Amino acid sequence: MNKSDLLAEQIREISGVNPKKCMKCGKCSATCPSFDKMDIKPHQFVSYVDNDDIEPLTKSKSLWHCLSCFACVERCPRGVKPGKLIDAARQIAERQRGGDYLTPDEIPELFDEDTPQQLIVSAFRRYRK
Amino acid sequence: MPMNDNAEFRPKIVAFCCNWCSYAGADLAGSSRLTYPADVKIIKVPCSCRVNPMFILRAFEKGADGVIMCGCHPGDCHYSTGNYYARRRMTLLFSMLDYIGVEHGRTRVEWVSAAEGVKFSATMNEFVEKIKSLGKNVRLGDLRCRS
Amino acid sequence: MQRIGVFVCHCGSNIAATVDVKKVTETALMEPGVVHAEDYQYMCSEAGQAKIAAAIAEKNLTGIVVCSCSPRMHETTFRTCAERAGINPYMVEIANIREHCSWIHKDVEEATKKAVILMRAAVAKVNLNTPLKPGESRVTKRALVIGGGIAGIQTALDIADAGYEVDIVEKTPSIGGRMSQLDKTFPTLDCSACILTPKMVEAAAHDKINIYTYSEVEQVSGFVGDFTVDIRKKARSVDMNKCTGCGLCQEKCPSKKTPSEFNRGLNTRTAIYTPFAQAIPNVPVIDREACIKFKTGKCGLCSKVCAAGAIDYEQKDEIITRKYGAIVVATGFDVIKLDKYDEYAYSQSRDVITSLELERIMNAAGPTKGHLQRLSDGREPKNIVFVQCVGSRCADERGKSYCSKICCMYTAKHAMLIRDKYPDVNVTVFYIDVRTPGKNFDEFYRRAVEEYGVNYIKGQVGKVCPEPDGSLTVYASDLLDNKQLRMSADMVVLAAAIEPSASVRQIATMLTASIDTNNFLTEAHPKLRPVESPTAGVFLSGVCQGPKDIPETVAQAGAAAVKAIGLLAKDKLMTNPCTAKADELMCNGCSQCANVCPYGAISYETRLVMGPGVRENRRVAVVNNALCQGCGACTVTCPSGAMDLQGFSNRQIIAEVDAICR
Repeated sequence: MNKSDLLAEQIREISGVNPKKCMKCGKCSATCPSFDKMDIKPHQFVSYVDNDDIEPLTKSKSLWHCLSCFACVERCPRGVKPGKLIDAARQIAERQRGGDYLTPDEIPELFDEDTPQQLIVSAFRRYRK
Repeated sequence: MPMNDNAEFRPKIVAFCCNWCSYAGADLAGSSRLTYPADVKIIKVPCSCRVNPMFILRAFEKGADGVIMCGCHPGDCHYSTGNYYARRRMTLLFSMLDYIGVEHGRTRVEWVSAAEGVKFSATMNEFVEKIKSLGKNVRLGDLRCRS
Repeated sequence: MQRIGVFVCHCGSNIAATVDVKKVTETALMEPGVVHAEDYQYMCSEAGQAKIAAAIAEKNLTGIVVCSCSPRMHETTFRTCAERAGINPYMVEIANIREHCSWIHKDVEEATKKAVILMRAAVAKVNLNTPLKPGESRVTKRALVIGGGIAGIQTALDIADAGYEVDIVEKTPSIGGRMSQLDKTFPTLDCSACILTPKMVEAAAHDKINIYTYSEVEQVSGFVGDFTVDIRKKARSVDMNKCTGCGLCQEKCPSKKTPSEFNRGLNTRTAIYTPFAQAIPNVPVIDREACIKFKTGKCGLCSKVCAAGAIDYEQKDEIITRKYGAIVVATGFDVIKLDKYDEYAYSQSRDVITSLELERIMNAAGPTKGHLQRLSDGREPKNIVFVQCVGSRCADERGKSYCSKICCMYTAKHAMLIRDKYPDVNVTVFYIDVRTPGKNFDEFYRRAVEEYGVNYIKGQVGKVCPEPDGSLTVYASDLLDNKQLRMSADMVVLAAAIEPSASVRQIATMLTASIDTNNFLTEAHPKLRPVESPTAGVFLSGVCQGPKDIPETVAQAGAAAVKAIGLLAKDKLMTNPCTAKADELMCNGCSQCANVCPYGAISYETRLVMGPGVRENRRVAVVNNALCQGCGACTVTCPSGAMDLQGFSNRQIIAEVDAICR
């Protein structure tokens, strides 16, 4: 398994999403409020993961423009959950930058200009329990 | 992969399937190429209510490690009420088996319709995993049958 | 001791690729009772069957085991073959080494081992088989069709034309079904009513067809050739014999606020009503929940204006009990409820409608007299958006997993008709895939695009937002341009998924016909017996079996009719000989078996019982072979083990268990 395959596998595992379920209807992109700001659109995100093509994703601006509103997750007719994929890709990107898990205690020190707010929002969602 | 003690253990599993729903469901699993372990051997009965608790005891006595009974969904029995009788009988039998030390996981009742090939295969996969985790059935085995 | 022959089929490579058939054959010869074993490419072929017949003659075989595909496939084939060769057909057993073995296992060694065990179990069983003789039962020469839509009407006409009596039971006040609600039909744009009404009239006028409208099947008992059915004829409150169908009562009825079922609730109807103008029978029904007379006791206007004196407020539900030889289910479909699809704003805006509602709007007899208009303000829409796959092809619990099959085509039809009649209206269709397999179907869709200028965009609609100015904003994907579209529309039409009628589950239960997870009735074999239910004597017609369009429904209706006619043409049927049998020496007449028998097949008689050390008059159970269907419930209930099932006896099943656990 090369590095990209491994990353794709990690994204699938973290998100619990099987991109093979996608029937390419585009409802995720139709419903996305941040669509215009994204370079890789939500529906493309799914096929990038399916094709194990991860590097463009971790470098894409979309990662930090996703609001994690999960409209795509709610409305996807196939249960593919593109929003969760983006969440997972964000986590991979953060790990590559050296960070790993986020605990509430760490939040204050993370609050600087460079940390995208979306990351904290989704981290809260993930670790709220 | 961690090795466990049961890695080589191949259980003997008897599946009673009613002719109208579950046997057809197993056929559909077959024609859809939905795999499940070869440890499962199916016996066709006209209806789940034909399964005498004696058959299940006999299977355990002869060294089966698990017995599963499949029938039509409640309300869909070809003979109207057969699966209701079967359900009641099995509830009683399973609690008795539990009492005499045959673990609950070794027996199972599942309703599988003729259209549920996917469910049939998934159920069998799950059941075999369960039996593997329970290991060999040591209770009820007839010593005279041991080789 | 039996003399058993084992025949192992390669099924081409279907079995032979994963099962070492030679090994199975060799092992078979070591089994007790087996005197002959051979393998062959295709056992079911004429040459294969000849091999079985030759072996029976040569080796004097008394029992046969065929290791092949499922008994549901070829058990009858091999039993007939054995019978022709001179042995009892019930001495044949099948070891299913294809569906239950070769097709699901990949490892040859493992699959072969399992095939050997399955063969052993079958041999062990045949060793205990006894010759069985089927009994005979008579066939009632009358068919019941449940559902009076195009499927039911066509089936009834075909059966009646063959000379058999048919009853149609329809739960609404008129036959006609969904097709009567449609405006035009694809791909020819025939007027739906123009092709359906003559058939309705023909059915009503046919001397062999008897139509029960406003009626429901209440109870079914019996079995193939001899069903007994209770039909509840709901009180119409109008005497069918006296009513002339003048319609005056409907004109005068003061209760006018009930949503019209026929017009999908787009307008209202009176309490006394016929669903539509061409209704058959043309006799109205009083909706007792809406009728002022029934609610308050005051009114009675319809009775006063009825010159024929046909109004009968005292009428009661009537139960009709009839015998039938065959039953055809033609219960049809409904459109799914869209309350779980908030994003499409169906419940928020009157201008978001389903395709079936559009069908009524486009119909000249509909609530808008065929004029295309918004339901909110009556304005003619300028921009219409069609959304495909609403609730179809859905993996979640909101929708249906299957493709509804008809939506692509009727949407193309709607789009084309609108562009034809209102060339100024912009029509946009959002699709995921356009599915047009059918004669002249793709050409039809291409015409909509190329000649009528319908704007097809690949991409799904994400949400529809009603705006304060009454317009609708549609958010959608354009996947080919990789754009998100925000489009203003005046009307949004949802191609909602179709699902089997809600009543089908209850009917299937009564008929003991099997049903799948989506509530479609299951066919006896998906390829080879598509119009028969696995329950003998029950046939399937139309969408109750799976989504289909009108021509397919009509074709299936005819096929179901032919199967029913084939049954009705017989005078007698062979009954299943695998029935219960009581051993009178062991029976003590405790009556437990009769309690569990769903067919009332067990009775008791006092007779002289003679056996070793016994000679007395005793009450013992007697099974009526014509009634017993062979479920085996009694065999397990019997406390003394006197009751056994022929063909699936205790000893036989135990022998199989032993063989598997050996």
